[in-house]
Amino acid sequence: MSNKIITINGNEYAFTEGETILAVARRNGIDIPTLCHLSGATPTGACRVCMVEVEKARTLMAACALPASDGMVVKTESPKVVKSRRMTVELLLASGEHDCVVCPGAGECRLQELAMRYGVAGKKFPKTKSRYGLEDVNPMIVRDFSRCILCGRCVQACNEIQVNRAISFGYRGKKSKIVAGEDMALKDSECVFCGQCIEACPTAALMEKGARVKIRPWEGKKVRTTCPYCGVGCQMWLHVKDDKIVKVTAVKDGSPNKGRLCVKGRFGFGFIHSPERLKTPLIRKDDGGFREASWDEALDLVASKFREIIAKDGPDAIAGVSCARSINEDSYAMQKLFRAVLGTNNIDHCART
Amino acid sequence: MTNSFSEFAKSKMFLVIGSNMTEAHPVAATFVKNAVLNGARLIMVDPRRHKLADFAELHLPIKVGSDIALLNSLMNVLIEEDLYDRKFVATCTMNFEALKNKVAEYPPERAAGICGIPAETIRDTARRLASVKPAMLIYTLGITEHTCGVNNVMSTANLQMLLGNMGMECGGVNPLRGQNNVQGACDMGALPNVYCGYQKVIDQKAREKFQKAWNVPKLPDRNGLMIPQMMEGLVSKKVKAFYIFGENLANTEPDIHKVEHELKSAEFLVVQDIFQNETTRFAHVVLPAAAWSENDGTFVNSERRVNRVRAACPPPGEAMPNWWIFTEIARRMGQDWPSKSARELWDNEISVLSPNLAGIKYRRLENDGLQWPCPNEDHPGTCFLHKDGQFTCGLGVFSPIDWTPPAEVPDEEYPLVLSTGRRLYHYHTRTQTGRCEGLNDMLPEETADISYADARARGISQGEMIRVKSRRGEIRVKARVTPEVPPGMVWMAFHFREGNANFLTNAVFDPVSLTAEYKACAVRVEKI
Ligand code: SF4
Ligand code: FES
Repeated sequence: MSNKIITINGNEYAFTEGETILAVARRNGIDIPTLCHLSGATPTGACRVCMVEVEKARTLMAACALPASDGMVVKTESPKVVKSRRMTVELLLASGEHDCVVCPGAGECRLQELAMRYGVAGKKFPKTKSRYGLEDVNPMIVRDFSRCILCGRCVQACNEIQVNRAISFGYRGKKSKIVAGEDMALKDSECVFCGQCIEACPTAALMEKGARVKIRPWEGKKVRTTCPYCGVGCQMWLHVKDDKIVKVTAVKDGSPNKGRLCVKGRFGFGFIHSPERLKTPLIRKDDGGFREASWDEALDLVASKFREIIAKDGPDAIAGVSCARSINEDSYAMQKLFRAVLGTNNIDHCART
Repeated sequence: MTNSFSEFAKSKMFLVIGSNMTEAHPVAATFVKNAVLNGARLIMVDPRRHKLADFAELHLPIKVGSDIALLNSLMNVLIEEDLYDRKFVATCTMNFEALKNKVAEYPPERAAGICGIPAETIRDTARRLASVKPAMLIYTLGITEHTCGVNNVMSTANLQMLLGNMGMECGGVNPLRGQNNVQGACDMGALPNVYCGYQKVIDQKAREKFQKAWNVPKLPDRNGLMIPQMMEGLVSKKVKAFYIFGENLANTEPDIHKVEHELKSAEFLVVQDIFQNETTRFAHVVLPAAAWSENDGTFVNSERRVNRVRAACPPPGEAMPNWWIFTEIARRMGQDWPSKSARELWDNEISVLSPNLAGIKYRRLENDGLQWPCPNEDHPGTCFLHKDGQFTCGLGVFSPIDWTPPAEVPDEEYPLVLSTGRRLYHYHTRTQTGRCEGLNDMLPEETADISYADARARGISQGEMIRVKSRRGEIRVKARVTPEVPPGMVWMAFHFREGNANFLTNAVFDPVSLTAEYKACAVRVEKI
């Protein structure tokens, strides 16, 4: 930290060269509301929600984009600032469908939060109907353009965080729209369905198709866990309702994935609740089929067969393969079973793939 | 991995070999792409021009299985032009002269013939690599799934030591592990030669330690069998009982016809899984297991990070945690194990018995986990290994290595090379992803990826059903004609039973690791 000082709301704070007003404020627990700002991406200054009053500046300034400078004096909630934020929110509410009562995103919407925080009802201006409707022709992501406020966070998530370069701003002026490729359906575009855009979207314009109407933000429980697929080991939240996982989101700032997931991590949980899951032990019948059995019967059979084979052919006539997908404790227990109980080192797993 | 994912985005130079990261490790790839957007440089070595090539300043489309020739040749240039790290080599390594003599046999002109890369490009690549320090080397199964897999791995280490890129942030040799907990299964000793914490079963001291801990009079003192040996043992009757936990071997192992014959030969086969699959067809007993989100436990990721897995919902029917099943079998065979939960297994056994995990306890894993080595409970964990050139056995040892071709190379009858791997939307044999709405819609069937040139020569059009044939079998599959694949190559995944590439792959193995050569066998492509 240098000895340069910025004054925010009457208090002095040190900062490092290049830090934005927003960064200094956040570091010191001062809440400047933002909408378009996405951490880890370059600030675009698109939404004007983070405007603050800077002494000697002629206009309000975007805290997310403006670097702090020595001797700067900033007010984050002055009457002028509040007035501007109200106006910004009014205008956003007037463009498109922002009908919180029936919105699947209600309760988890930055726009709704801002409206509440600044007491904005969205009645000041006549509503302009949105030009674009809903796209749900892919199995994973629903794009509801009528709720899109064109903040551009999804575009940044796609281009700067995940760097998949599938979506961008298309058209101009009143026709502006977030487009995939040359404005095609996501499933026909370069999109790889990592869903980072959903995570970035501050409203309900982008949502997981499966979860959209299944769970409200305040329902169910959230369980932190580690992704079961590749060796990156992303940290994720399972959103669970009535003992069913209904959606998965990334743990913000968690290591190693820093709030990112891929398509398998985010959308690859349905198998857990498949009706095809094995539910009871099975034993092979003489006619070749399986019959259901109790744990006692199945495990007694396994133990007695193992005993019989060890007696006849020795412990090395038994071999086992552990699972590289399952938890450590399972692999440990299996090798212990083979070594300490059965008496063989014939235990392996697909370590090399 | 010697290093950590958090270093990716900060790195200045990458050499990525045999790693289709954007599909197989998508989130890891995002950090590499972030670094490139911030000015980092990326050199990619891969027969296929997959997505990451869009971010590379140089893509070397080497011939399948020519990695060692390329790496030796790069080292040849580095030594020849005096571009290597003399200080690191002098102070932190051994056996440099032997390496030097070996790579002297690989001038770029010779390597060019083996790799299909112009000699000048090899020189240029070596110079670029030497120009930025440190450079991070990342590889995946393109390196290991060869009959020379272990040699490939050692060659990558040779290169990084020669460049002095070991033991520092943003450097190192970094294999991205294919499966979520393959690192953990190794750490736990699910291997024929070591207990948890890599303590050798042939070491009497280690045996005594575990005998005492497990309260048994004697532990077996010879190394056990590896998977391919077990499978062959089923046929030779050396192995009578086979216990498969959570692996669909009937689809994942090379040469399915051979594998199925082996499984059929088992006198007693126990399969423990969450679904019926191609492997349970051969089982005598099937045990229903609790799945991922129904367990408390831990995984270890590629960067040695031990992270928590937490139960979110109960298992269906009577399915039970895997460790419970093993504990119950032990009890029926006369041993009452003290640990009655995953946490007790970890806190009271695993971390107590494994020196590199000694400091890791469940209570320390609430948030982002810990990276081993973590020798005591005050230790913060370890982001990168071999700090300041300290290798496990003192100095880093160079291994002079010769290039060897794949076991089966194209000929007149089978003129193309088949290489296999994974695609973005599926995982392995789809026992899981095949039951996920969405994923299955995005990729509902297998394809054989072939070049425009090979398609044209055979009159094959996009999406047409074709026949792919090897000495071991044949399949019918849709052609996907793509510029990603160079002429002379067919690329396939092994996600689907229909058209599974493992009907074609060659059951030949690296002599040390017994990893199968999934990346190279000879095939023929025919119009139907
Ligand atoms: S979310 Fe994707 S990248 Fe992350 S661990 Fe899972 S499969 Fe790997
Ligand atoms: S958050 Fe600063 S302009 Fe949108």
